[in-house]
Amino acid sequence: MAILDILTWPDPRLKETAQPVTTFDETLHAFIKDLEETMRAGPGAVGIAATQVGSLQRVIIIDASSRKNVPHHGRQVLINPEITHWEGYAVGREGCLSVPDYTGNVIRAERITVEALDEAGATHTWRMEGFEARLAQHEIDHLDGLLFLDRLVSRRHDLYRRKRYD
Amino acid sequence: MSKPNWYMLTLVGRDRPGIVAHVTHALYEGGCNLGEASMMRLGGNFTMMMMVRYEGAARALAELVEPVSESLGLRLHVDRISGALHHHLEPDVRITVSGADRAGIVAQVTGALAEAGLNILNLESDVAGSEDEPLYIMHIEGQATEGIEALQSALDIVTRNGVKASLAPMDTLIG
Repeated sequence: MAILDILTWPDPRLKETAQPVTTFDETLHAFIKDLEETMRAGPGAVGIAATQVGSLQRVIIIDASSRKNVPHHGRQVLINPEITHWEGYAVGREGCLSVPDYTGNVIRAERITVEALDEAGATHTWRMEGFEARLAQHEIDHLDGLLFLDRLVSRRHDLYRRKRYD
Repeated sequence: MSKPNWYMLTLVGRDRPGIVAHVTHALYEGGCNLGEASMMRLGGNFTMMMMVRYEGAARALAELVEPVSESLGLRLHVDRISGALHHHLEPDVRITVSGADRAGIVAQVTGALAEAGLNILNLESDVAGSEDEPLYIMHIEGQATEGIEALQSALDIVTRNGVKASLAPMDTLIG
């Protein structure tokens, strides 16, 4: 086990597109262990994507279980995740291990359906909402080379945006 | 390394294109570094508040900017400050207030919220609507030092006379 170095923006590797995982072996499992240890060591972090440690494979870990009164599925390793359904939207505050000392408001879908493989390569479908849905969207964005900085909304014009999307 | 000298530069004047470029160019040429800043158009004026790191004295900093500020018709104010970067506080509540514009909305709402423990970190407001029917809109982000429920109760009281207010907890996601 090891805590991996976290890439911070503007490291160009954070803009790369990660590739699907095809081999579910011990190397992958060892990497997932390190990735999770790295997430747990990150101050306040509830999720991490492989891209953030410079590994361009489509693996994310999320764990919203630290939040009270929030529906969640506990710790999840999602491999080759795909969002197949989006519903609603909400503004929420996000920060990122790869962008230290900055947070901003981002609009995300309120409810999503995610199809993903687990560590053994089996397919699952997850319905997520609220904080957990936001978390999955934030991490899946990393796999496509996107940071929350790419999706910031103006605090000043929040209300007007709401009107337009209602 | 000695402690950096931070100044707060305030510039205000009639808005026109190029203000930010001209002012920041003069600062760069003079050896300054910018920190956190807020710049926006308010009522046809352009307003800038900037943290500026500069090793010289306040007078010398003002002299760097004056040729540009005077040519653009901006009033300039320079203060030495004791601040530093990386002192952000994370808001945990967002409040939006809107209603027919009338004197005293801000004082009434923020007074009640302050008593209920709100520490305002960011407030932006605007007047929308029309000349005849102005609509006041205010966004606040802050810290609920005595809990969200206390703020909600305070808002419920002040919103009885025609002001609409909504409060949303902010749970910052770090991922």
